[in-house]
Amino acid sequence: MTNNAMNQEPKERIGVHVCHCGSNIAGMVDVEEVARWAGEQLKDRGVVIARDYKFMCSSLGQELIEKDIQEEGLTRVVVAACSPHLHENTFRTACSRAGLNPYLCELVSIREQVSWVHTDRAAATEKSKAVVSGGVERVLYSEPLEPLHVPIHPATLVVGGGIAGIQAALEIADAGFPVILVEREPSIGGHMSQFDKTFPTLDCAACILTPKMVSVGGHPNIQMFTWSEVEKVDGYVGNFTVTIRKKARFVNEELCTGCAICQEKCPKKVIDEVYEAGLGYRKAIYTPFPQAVPKYPVIDKPNCTYFQKGTCKACQKFCPTGAIDFEQQDEWITVQVGNIVLATGYDLFDPRKVTQYGYGRLANVFTSLEFERLTNAAGPTNGNIVLRDGVTVPKTVGIIHCVGSRDRNFNNYCSVICCMQSLKFAHLVHERTGATVYNFYIDMRTAYKEYDEFYQRVLEEGTLFVRGKVAEVTDAARLPGEEGKLIVQVEDTLAGKQRRIPVDMVVLSAAMVPRKDAKEVAHKFGISCNANGWFIEKHPKLDPVATMTEGIFIAGCVQGPKDIPSSVAQGAAAAARVLGRIQQGEIALEPVRASVDQDKCSGCRICNNLCPFNAIIFHEDRMVTEINAALCQGCGTCVAACPAGAISGTVFSNEQIFAQIEGLMRVNFFTEPQSAVA
Amino acid sequence: MTTQSPSTNGKPKFAMYWAASCGGCEIAVLNIGEKILDVDANFEVAFWPVAMDAKYKDVEAMPDGSILLTLFNGGIRNSENEEIAKLLRRKSQILVAFGSCASEGCIPGLANLSSSNQILDTVYSTVSTDNPQGIRPQHKYAMPEGEIQIPKFYPVLRTLDQVVPVDYYMPGCPPESHQIAAVIDLVIKVLHGEAQLPPKGAVIGAGGSTVCDDCPRKRNVKLIKKFVRIQDLEHIDPELCLLEQGIPCNGPATRSGCGALCPQASAQCIGCYGPADGVVDYGARLVAAFASVIDSNDPEEIEHILDGIPDPTGQFYRFNLAGSLLRAARPAWEG
Repeated sequence: MTNNAMNQEPKERIGVHVCHCGSNIAGMVDVEEVARWAGEQLKDRGVVIARDYKFMCSSLGQELIEKDIQEEGLTRVVVAACSPHLHENTFRTACSRAGLNPYLCELVSIREQVSWVHTDRAAATEKSKAVVSGGVERVLYSEPLEPLHVPIHPATLVVGGGIAGIQAALEIADAGFPVILVEREPSIGGHMSQFDKTFPTLDCAACILTPKMVSVGGHPNIQMFTWSEVEKVDGYVGNFTVTIRKKARFVNEELCTGCAICQEKCPKKVIDEVYEAGLGYRKAIYTPFPQAVPKYPVIDKPNCTYFQKGTCKACQKFCPTGAIDFEQQDEWITVQVGNIVLATGYDLFDPRKVTQYGYGRLANVFTSLEFERLTNAAGPTNGNIVLRDGVTVPKTVGIIHCVGSRDRNFNNYCSVICCMQSLKFAHLVHERTGATVYNFYIDMRTAYKEYDEFYQRVLEEGTLFVRGKVAEVTDAARLPGEEGKLIVQVEDTLAGKQRRIPVDMVVLSAAMVPRKDAKEVAHKFGISCNANGWFIEKHPKLDPVATMTEGIFIAGCVQGPKDIPSSVAQGAAAAARVLGRIQQGEIALEPVRASVDQDKCSGCRICNNLCPFNAIIFHEDRMVTEINAALCQGCGTCVAACPAGAISGTVFSNEQIFAQIEGLMRVNFFTEPQSAVA
Repeated sequence: MTTQSPSTNGKPKFAMYWAASCGGCEIAVLNIGEKILDVDANFEVAFWPVAMDAKYKDVEAMPDGSILLTLFNGGIRNSENEEIAKLLRRKSQILVAFGSCASEGCIPGLANLSSSNQILDTVYSTVSTDNPQGIRPQHKYAMPEGEIQIPKFYPVLRTLDQVVPVDYYMPGCPPESHQIAAVIDLVIKVLHGEAQLPPKGAVIGAGGSTVCDDCPRKRNVKLIKKFVRIQDLEHIDPELCLLEQGIPCNGPATRSGCGALCPQASAQCIGCYGPADGVVDYGARLVAAFASVIDSNDPEEIEHILDGIPDPTGQFYRFNLAGSLLRAARPAWEG
C-alpha cells in the first residue's frame, strides 16, 4: 500500500506554478513561500522549477507555463490556483499549446479549498504546501490521454411543446436542421396557451403564441409527435436512439381535415381538467382549444361512449372524410438524434395542501390557473370574471401571493412569476369588474424590464396591498358585514395589526412545482434533479442550459420557475448550443472514463443499476459488465461500488489517489503549534 | 530456480512455521493426503515445529538462504513471532505468507480493535477464568535462579509482510488442500526445471477473480431492501444470488480459489480468501458495494436496512483488519 515510487529517483521533470489570484489567494497564503518550498523540498520528487505569479490564468501567466515547458523540458505541470471547475481547461490548453499532453497538467485548488476557507495565514500556507505536494505525487501517475471524437447526428429531439420547446424547435429548424418535437398533450402550446394576457405589456397570449405554433406545425424541418411520449433513450451525445410512443388518437391524421364536426356531434361532455383547469367542458373527442396544433383531435378512450359501452360512433358517422379509426393502436417510433432539448415545463402546486386557504372546500377560492381561464376570452366564461356560480360578479377580490412558495412547509423557493401574475390579475379585475382588489403579499418582487413600472400602474389603479402572510380564508362570519363572504385573516405587518378582510372571491397564486414525473424523466435522460425536482444545469451562471450529460440540454421551467421571456431566452439559448454542436460535426469528449477489466469482473452485477448516465451494459452470455465509453461521464460511481476493484477510472486511479494522500502527508501541518485550530 | 540449497542428503530444505494462528493451516497441509509423500520425496524437512522436534538454535546455525521453501502461517503478535519471522526470512530463499493470518491477519487480527489491556482482561480476568490472584503474564520475571523472559506482547497484530519482505501469498482460512497440492506440484516442477515461478509478490494457490466467478447462483441487478442473517431465513432460494436475498455475502470482493464452497452450501461467503486482485482495502470495497445497492433514498429506512448488519467490522473485516489500510482501531494503537 505504500508507494515505492517515493524511494526512487525522479523520472519526470515537474513544474509547479503557484497563483496569487490577486489577493484572493495571496491574502491568506504566503504564495512565495509555497513556491520556494516546492522548489527546494520537492526537488527529489522531480520538481525542477517552481514559481509564483500574480494571475496565472492571464495570458502572461499562461505564457510563463508554456515557456517553462519548452525551456525546462517539463514533462508534468502542477498549477496551484483555483478550482479545476474554473480553470482546469485554461491550463490544460496552455500545456497543449506548448506541446505537453493536457492531461499531464494537474490543477490543485489553494483558493476554494484553502485561502477562502481559512483564517490562519501560517496554517493556510502549510496546507497549500501539502496540497501542492499531493498534486506533485498524483501527477507522477497521470497518463497522456486523447479525447474521444464522436460524430454529431444533425437531428435534434425537443421534448415538450410549450413556449420554451417551441422556441428551441423553431430556432433549430429555421437554421436548416431537422427537429423532432414530442408533446404529451394533444396540442403544443403548453401553459402559455391557457393564459389570456401576459405581463407586463398585457399582450394577448394567444396572439403572440399561436403564430409560433402554426410555424411549428407547418415547418418542413419539424416532425411533430403530439399525444406522444418518449419511452426510452439509448446512446450518447451525437448518437441518441430515442423510442417514442405515439398514443392512439383513433383519428387518421392522413384523412382528418380538422373540421371539428366530430367534436360538435360527440354527445359525451367531459370536464376538462387539463386545459380548462376543471372549469369547462370538452367532448370525448377533442382538441384542447380551437387553435390547437396539430388540428387533429384525439378520442379520450376512458370517457368515450363507444369504447365503454360499444355503441355510439357518432363521430365516425358524421366525419366527412372517414378519418375516425377505432382500431388504431399505439405506435412505437424510433428516431436517431444527435442532441436533446428537454423543455417539459412545470406543474401547478396543488393548493388543497394549504388547507387553511380552503381551496376545494370553499367554492369561491380559485387557483391562479382557474383564474387565467376565467379571464380568457376563449375560456369557459368568455372572459367574464364571475364566481363559481357562473353569473355573480365579485365586488371584492383577494389575491394571495406565495401559496406553496417561500413557505418552509411546502417549497422554500420563490416561484418568480406570482407577484407579476397577481398584479396582472388585479389589473384585469379592475378593468373588467371595477371590484375592490386586495393583494396579500410577503415581499413584492418585480425585478426585470418594465415590471416595477407595471406595479406602479396597478398601485395607481387603486389596488390595495396588504403586506403579510395570510393565516386563513374562512366562511365563518364573526363580525357584521362578514356574512356570506370569504374572510381573509391576515397580519398586516405594515399596520402592525391583525385584520379580517371580507371578500367575494379569493385567488391563490400557487407555486410552480416540478412535473410530478420529473425524477423519472431525469433518470430516463440520464440527468439530475435538485432536491426540489428541478433539473440541474451544468453551471448555474455560466452554463444554464447545458447539463452534466453531454448532448442533453434544458430550457424553460423544467430548470426552475421562470417567466415567459426567460423561457423563450432559454429555448433559444439551448438551440444555439445545439446548433453549435451540429456545425462542428463532431465533438471531442473528455477522456475521463471508467473502464472494466473484463478478466477481473465476475459479473456480480452490483454496479449494473448505478450509472446515472446508463453507460453500463451487462453481457448475459459472458457474465461480464462493460462500460460504454461514449456514454460514461467519468463520475466514478461504479468505480467506487465495484467490490472486485475491476472498474477503474482514468485520472482517478488508485495509484493516483494513494500517491496524492502520501504527498499530502509529507507536510505535517496538524502539528504547527502557532496555527493549531481547535 | 537458480540456486540449489546445500543439504545433507542433496534434497532442498522445507520449513513450516506457525506464529499467531489456530493450527488449521497445518491441518490443511496434512490434509493433502498422499501428496505429503511427494513433499518427503523432494524435500528435507528442516524445521516444522508442529510435526517434528526442532530448536531455534539449529535454524540459527544454518547458513543464510539454506532453506528453499518456508510456509509461514500466523500473524505477528509477539516478539517471538517477529524474531522467528526475521530468522526464517534470512534462512529462506522463498518465504510464503501461508494462509489468511500471515497474509492479512485473519481472526487474530480482530484483536486489533482492542487495547492490550482489554485483551489481557478478557483472557485472565473474566468469570470463566480461575485466577483468584489476578496473575498477569509479564515480559520479565525475577526468579531465584535469575531473570526469565517470555515473549513480549505487542499492541497490534501485524501481517507477515508488515514485518519482513514476503515472496508469495497463499490465501485461505485455511488454504484449500487441493490448492496446497497444486502449489507443491508447481514447486516440484520448478525444481525439475519444468516450470517457472510466478513473479515475486504474487498470490499463489488461488484464482484471479472473485468467488462470484465460481458461484453458480443466478445473478440479477441488485436492489436490497433488507439484510438478514442466514439463520433467520425460513427459506433460502437455492438458485438465486445470496446477496439478492439479503444475505450479506462477501463473495463479490473475495478472491476466487475456494470453488465457492460456502455459497453453494447456501452459506454466505465470509471472505477467508481475502481481497481479490485490484482490491486495496477489502472492507471499504464491500461497504461501498453494499451501500450502492441499498434500494432506498429515505435516511431512516436506510438506517433500518443497515441494522441488518449488526457487526460491520466482523462482516467486512473478519479476515482483513490487520492487513487493511487502517490496520487497527485506536485503542490498540494506544496500547
